[in-house]
Amino acid sequence: MDKFQSFSGKVVALPINDIDTDQIIPARYLKVTDKAGLGEACFSDWRYNSDGSPKADFVLNQPQHAGAEVLIGGHNFGCGSSREHAPWALMGAGFKAVISTYFADIFKNNALKNGLLPVIVDEETHKQLISLAEEDPNTQVSVDLESQQVTLPDGRKVTFPVDPFSKYCLLQGVDQMGFLLNLDPDIVKYETENGQRVNTLEPVEM
Amino acid sequence: MAQTLFEKVWNQHLVKPQTADTPAVLYIDLHLVHEVTSPQAFTVLRERGLKVRRPDRTLATMDHSTPTTPRNAQGVIPVLDAQALFQLDFLTKNCQEFGVPLYSLGTENQGIVHVIGPEQGLTQPGMTIVCGDSHTSTHGAFGALAFGIGTSEVGHVLATQCLMQNVPQTMAVRVDGQLHEGVTAKDIILAIIAKIGVGGGTGYVLEYMGSAIRGLSMEGRMTICNMSIEGGARAGMVAPDETTFNYIAGRPFAPKGKAWDNAVAGWRKLPSDEGAIFDAEVVLNADDLVPMITYGTNPGMGMKITDNVPNPADLNDVSAKVALDKALNYMGLQPGQKLLGQPVNVVFVGSCTNSRITDLREAAKLIKGQKVASGVRMMVVPGSQRVKAQAEAEGLHEIFREAGAEWREAGCSMCIAMNGDQLQPGEYAVSTSNRNFEGRQGKGGRTFLASPLTAVATAVNGVVTDPRLMVERMKA
Ligand code: SF4
Repeated sequence: MDKFQSFSGKVVALPINDIDTDQIIPARYLKVTDKAGLGEACFSDWRYNSDGSPKADFVLNQPQHAGAEVLIGGHNFGCGSSREHAPWALMGAGFKAVISTYFADIFKNNALKNGLLPVIVDEETHKQLISLAEEDPNTQVSVDLESQQVTLPDGRKVTFPVDPFSKYCLLQGVDQMGFLLNLDPDIVKYETENGQRVNTLEPVEM
Repeated sequence: MAQTLFEKVWNQHLVKPQTADTPAVLYIDLHLVHEVTSPQAFTVLRERGLKVRRPDRTLATMDHSTPTTPRNAQGVIPVLDAQALFQLDFLTKNCQEFGVPLYSLGTENQGIVHVIGPEQGLTQPGMTIVCGDSHTSTHGAFGALAFGIGTSEVGHVLATQCLMQNVPQTMAVRVDGQLHEGVTAKDIILAIIAKIGVGGGTGYVLEYMGSAIRGLSMEGRMTICNMSIEGGARAGMVAPDETTFNYIAGRPFAPKGKAWDNAVAGWRKLPSDEGAIFDAEVVLNADDLVPMITYGTNPGMGMKITDNVPNPADLNDVSAKVALDKALNYMGLQPGQKLLGQPVNVVFVGSCTNSRITDLREAAKLIKGQKVASGVRMMVVPGSQRVKAQAEAEGLHEIFREAGAEWREAGCSMCIAMNGDQLQPGEYAVSTSNRNFEGRQGKGGRTFLASPLTAVATAVNGVVTDPRLMVERMKA
């Protein structure tokens, strides 16, 4: 995984509450066995007409929003299915951070593991950012993970929470797999001290 | 100190406790795998030269992208398209290469991942169970800590049998009282979600308790735990009791003989201690419950089946107003209208919420001797091949067929619309599944979530119908 770099980017608002991962990436695109190509299908049902042409009134299709790297969603972003295809699709569509007042647990975990930063802000800041993005499509924010701050266009800095381990992994560009693999002695110890509950290879004879 | 059920299971699985810098490392007893969320995880293992650490604690099946159309003359279930076929073949290849047991398409133990775990006796009290699937919460009905994970985490568990997790909060969901005839576990959970909202459980593990929960069958408890995630919760749990032990006893992977006695003795220690503290509490009275139905585009947009669709103009919160307005627009419904009498095109009985044998028995009992209304397509999709075989042994399939319903092969089917079973744009469905998101059951399709009884009553009348009327008549 690449190291997460602080950046300044254009924001685009999709101020709908409870955006579920079925909207971010509909199930029919889940027949892939890799991660490629999901960006095009991101928000597919909101983005395209049934003949495949882009819907002109959908915000992500509007030329003034092209190149946006920060998405502001409504409350409870990413609820529903655990599909990691959701952050893959958002990243494929060019996003590096998503801002909301809160995120669904699994989406947040998945996003953090892929370098898509879920930024939690208070309701006031959330409202302000949505109006700014809607008034001026060139609205930019700076996102700095090291200091856990978003800098708004007026220079105000807003702090956001990130759990320390995810932050460490993102900044170092390492993933949790390496950390877990290094725990092998602890895992062996646990396995020795605790009996096996079920063995999926062998049903139990009567 | 008094501990909750959750805390006991959590503490028993700590390889390393949480610190200021790192989440807890949790050992996983059972890892369930399916074709949709695992391919990229196996690829990572291959790229890093890793093995599956414990194939003997891992089980794979095929359910999401599998068709449920009847077998052809060769006894084969024809797969929808080349991409789905490739995905299924890829799972077979991964399981062979890494030594993971696989219940593949059409074989006797195959089925929806959350149906087969319990039915095989693999899901047991006090275990930690994960799967790359949000409805893993289903297994919590047995007093297991069970939750959905993403594909990166699927890779972690394959490679290390462990997960890194921050300790969640706990919420007690108490449902006392007695359900009325025609009101089911599905109505309880739809009422809970309507009350707390789709984000209300975020960050929590729920424990369902109270006399109404105790009175439910294991299938009913699974229906409730299944939809915990629809309230945003990580997991839902029910303390194990005699009902739990009776369900597990004798199943293929259940302990036998002396080992059974020891296991039960351990399971009896799991229920939350007197005085254990929860971070939050929600209370419902079963006596007040009636059949529930959703009108909107998330499972929190639910109401009593006799109620009118709410009006966005009555809401104070701007974003809630916008959300409701958008939902009603998508659903093609008017504020204030009744749903009773609303014509539907499709009725779907199935999914990991309501496709177990008791669901099918209840549905069959109600539809017996009746006909599905003309112009309505009713699909009955058993949750597993074993459920299918059991239902056929009891003749339930004949009852459904005589009523004019389709009897299909096991799988996720129209719950997720990635396998050929789907709504057409604009169609209305009453569905026993768990998600009414836009497009969930097919692009442009419109879903009303409800219980199997409401589904049957609706299928027979062709319009959304309160099942209590039919239940009454059946008894008379
Ligand atoms: S039945 Fe539906 S909710 Fe359950 S596992 Fe399958 S797709 Fe997911």
